[in-house]
Amino acid sequence: MYGFEALTFNIHSGYLEAIVRGHRSGLLTAADYNNLCQCETLDDIKMHLSATEYGPYLQNEPSPLHTTTIVEKCTLKLVDEYKHMLSQATEPLSTFLQYITYGHMIDNVVLIVTGTLHERDVHELLEKCHPLGMFDSIATLAVAQNMRELYRLVLVDTPLAPYFSECITSEDLDDMNIEIMRNTLYKAYLEDFYDFCQKLGGATAEIMSDLLAFEADRRAVNITINSIGTELTRDDRRKLYSNFGLLYPYGHEELAVCEDIDQVRGVMEKYPPYQTIFAKLSYGESQMLDKAFYEEEVKRLCLAFEQQFHYGVFFAYMRLREQEIRNLMWVSECVAQNQKSRVHDSVVFIF
Amino acid sequence: MEYLDNLPPMDLMRSEKMTFVQLIIPVESAHRAISYLGQLGLLQFRDLNDEKSPFQRTFVNQVKRCAEMSRKLRFFKDQIHKAGLLPSPHPASQPDIELEELEMQLAEHEHELIEMNSNTEKLQQTYNELLEFKMVLQKASDFLVSSRSNSTVQEREMVENVYSNDDYADTASLLEQEMQPGPSVQSGVRFVSGIICKSKVLTFERMLFRATRGNMFFNQAAADDQILDPSSNEMVEKTVFVVFFSGEQARTKILKICEAFGANCYPVPEDVTKRMQITREVSSRLSELETTLDAGTRHRDKALTSIGFQLVKWMNMVGREKAVYDTLNMLNFDVTKKCLVGEGWCPIFAKTKIQEALQRATFDSNSQVGIIFHVMDAVESPPTYFRTNRFTSAFQEIVDAYGVANYQEANPAVYTVVTFPFLFAVMFGDWGHGICLLLGALVLIARERKLGTQKLGSFMEMLFGGRYVLLLMSIFSIYCGLIYNEFFSVPFHIFGESAYKCRDSSCSDARSIGLIKSRDPYPFGVDPSWRGSRTELPFLNSLKMKLSILLGVVQMNLGIILSYFNARFFGNSLDIKYQFVPQMIFLNCLFGYLSLLIVIKWCSGSQADLYHVMIYMFLSPFEDLGENKLFWGQGVLQVILLLCAVVAVPWMLFPKPFILKRLHTERFQGRTYGLLGTSDMKIDDEPDSARQHQEDFNFSEEFVHQMIHSIEFVLGAVSNTASYLRLWALSLAHSELSTVFYEKVLLLAWGI
Repeated sequence: MYGFEALTFNIHSGYLEAIVRGHRSGLLTAADYNNLCQCETLDDIKMHLSATEYGPYLQNEPSPLHTTTIVEKCTLKLVDEYKHMLSQATEPLSTFLQYITYGHMIDNVVLIVTGTLHERDVHELLEKCHPLGMFDSIATLAVAQNMRELYRLVLVDTPLAPYFSECITSEDLDDMNIEIMRNTLYKAYLEDFYDFCQKLGGATAEIMSDLLAFEADRRAVNITINSIGTELTRDDRRKLYSNFGLLYPYGHEELAVCEDIDQVRGVMEKYPPYQTIFAKLSYGESQMLDKAFYEEEVKRLCLAFEQQFHYGVFFAYMRLREQEIRNLMWVSECVAQNQKSRVHDSVVFIF
Repeated sequence: MEYLDNLPPMDLMRSEKMTFVQLIIPVESAHRAISYLGQLGLLQFRDLNDEKSPFQRTFVNQVKRCAEMSRKLRFFKDQIHKAGLLPSPHPASQPDIELEELEMQLAEHEHELIEMNSNTEKLQQTYNELLEFKMVLQKASDFLVSSRSNSTVQEREMVENVYSNDDYADTASLLEQEMQPGPSVQSGVRFVSGIICKSKVLTFERMLFRATRGNMFFNQAAADDQILDPSSNEMVEKTVFVVFFSGEQARTKILKICEAFGANCYPVPEDVTKRMQITREVSSRLSELETTLDAGTRHRDKALTSIGFQLVKWMNMVGREKAVYDTLNMLNFDVTKKCLVGEGWCPIFAKTKIQEALQRATFDSNSQVGIIFHVMDAVESPPTYFRTNRFTSAFQEIVDAYGVANYQEANPAVYTVVTFPFLFAVMFGDWGHGICLLLGALVLIARERKLGTQKLGSFMEMLFGGRYVLLLMSIFSIYCGLIYNEFFSVPFHIFGESAYKCRDSSCSDARSIGLIKSRDPYPFGVDPSWRGSRTELPFLNSLKMKLSILLGVVQMNLGIILSYFNARFFGNSLDIKYQFVPQMIFLNCLFGYLSLLIVIKWCSGSQADLYHVMIYMFLSPFEDLGENKLFWGQGVLQVILLLCAVVAVPWMLFPKPFILKRLHTERFQGRTYGLLGTSDMKIDDEPDSARQHQEDFNFSEEFVHQMIHSIEFVLGAVSNTASYLRLWALSLAHSELSTVFYEKVLLLAWGI
């Protein structure tokens, strides 16, 4: 019932929308980042953060701080907020919220599998996993030797199971395989999420399809750039692109045959929304591309808050908070390693 | 006018006169001065370093140190709480210590505690392992015995070559035996035993099943005791399991899964005698460890108790220290870097006290140079500061919840002290309830000293804070209850006999025909005979309704009169002429007149319908009043009053913004150069309008503002009068409910 969400939206989700909008106003502002950038030590950062919403999470940390502690505690705050929202949510919002975490699940699976492949300790790996993407039997991933086992032993119980249908092979796991698996999973996940949002309809579908399309396109570009010069065939590459988004289908055909970054740029500049991103970069440069994409994403996510009565705000908030945590990590790393001149290289201001 | 000018200054009603002061404090006495001032609590510092971020300020290191110390104190508190001890201040507390010393002590204590904790944790870990091992030994031996008998059965079955499908475990092991006639001791079946959290058992079993493709047999039994989880400090239920399987590959897989699930595996020998021997060994080591652990815990508790004695004091001290440094951070260094410059607001009466405190600080810190304290001019308007005591503070808080008065504006809290509890009593007048409330309030007040030092729950805190409000409410409630003659809805003959009596001795027609009046009216309050009569409700409703309107009109008039005193105080003649006067006229022409009618009706005993009078005063003012006429000349008076009210509305709406505009243009177009002196004076002693002139004068804004004000007043006069009827409504509801409670609950419960 497009156009009528406003009538009934608040019955189930009004409270949570208010909550998430309240959380959004707690995001760090440009003034906060300016102050953070002037910090001399990690203690200064802690002191500054103690005046923000992160305060209660950091106040009990003993003094020689590490970047990891800061990031860990900040993530903990996000996780607490997420859990609160999830426990208050009703269908279909709860499913929507769970969809948000699947991306982290995929990353965690890949992290553990790659780690065990390189003979790392499982518990050490578990600490590195994003807490939003945890599931019960995640530690057992280490047992699996190939994709089929991975699926049959562990993933069949997780929400990721349906996404696995594309990549069940009996090949032994290696780095290349795993990377392909990650992208196949991601592709399936994004398509599923996209379909789910379309099913929800209304403003949610409208806003989420825009955000997810951007996500899909960004992945397509990243896959292309990362696979240049590898043994991945064009057809395989083509298979990893998600089947929606602005680039679908013609852009994908062109991206699939790209051989260097400038060709990618040529393809992307045909699409007006992406023109601005590539206009900022000089030719042959791919380092700054990530930041440019992040900036564009943040801009789009912020726009999601302009409309009311849709679920996109939850997705946007989670993403913005993650971006903020990435920013904090970068700032504190720069401060810790005395590289303050590089602070602005990767910080994406949110407002 | 003469009389008004000679009124006493009404100090209570205005907020304290404030003055802007500057302090120049030598560095050596700064800390002491600030902490003395903090104890005095009469100076509000202005942040002079507003543009600096917190970590660029002067005393950031000290603030950090205090934060670190309070972190340690929180850690101690947490530990004490976890150990189940109560932090109680020791009666014979140690002498005061310096902050540096405290810092060292805290670091020492923390170090000690952490070491003890890690030791305990290690011991606990070993203890847990042994305990788990013991449990596994006990439980697993049962399984092994039963499995041995099982396996003999299986062997027999195999000899007989019977495939039984009824028990899955049997078939599984049969398959294994067929496939792998391994070199193991008995029929190629080996086992892993261990212990796992109860919550994980299901997924664990499923995983094992999947990993071995069903070629295993899983046995489990709940462990007898719970085991302490060192990370969360909670008791966890665990389950002992034994997995039977065959083959080396399965073994590595199972061990990996065990590791992934955090299951601890312990080897259990198959030989019975060996098993007995190990069990004995484990038990003896367990008891040894237990005594060590107990000693450790005792030691730790002792250390924590000694910290607990001081904890509250330390926390106060650190908190105070942090506050002092936070305040010092608001000060500026002067050019020579030897003095700190601070600015702030203080009430004028406190100047001597502040000077004394500063002198004391100079003296105590042996400073050569005194602290300079002088008054300065300030552009911004001073903060509002009301002096309150424990009696008035609760009322002040109630008023502040609606809005804080501007500097030197009349403070309605003075009147609230009486009106708030009185209006409550009008609604809930019942001298029985009032006595209960009074007792409660008296208990709170009697134990004031004790309760004041304690930390109360949020609800109790609210009650305690409002204890004097409760006291007044209860006293007024008793008073109003006596007037209403209510005591849990039972009528009492306190002030003599009822004025009414039955027509005859049998009193049979009392309810149908009514009573006759025999004596003078009941001397105080409502006659008890009304209770239970048919006309009780109409009588009480009419009484209370009229009473609430009278109270309402009086209170609204009080509010408007307060605005007059405000305007007079600020010398704002504009507000008096074009706001106060029309407002008074409007309110009193309509609702003042209604109050007059009510009083006349009460005095004369007339039967006029006041609704009718009021409604037709608007609908057809020139019509004859007929039987509703109360006094001579009423019709003419009504027309005049109505006209006044109609005139009052444009009067309060239009002139003020236009006059303000004229004043503004005169001031800024230089048309009145000659008169500048006088007009300036006039404007200057109107602080409100003066500020408007300094800012951009926006006529449309001013006009809209005035329009909103006028509309709000006109509508408010009507709706507030209607709202005061709530006094009656709640009083009615209260008395009806207490009647129901009395008749349906108490009487029925007592079986009367």
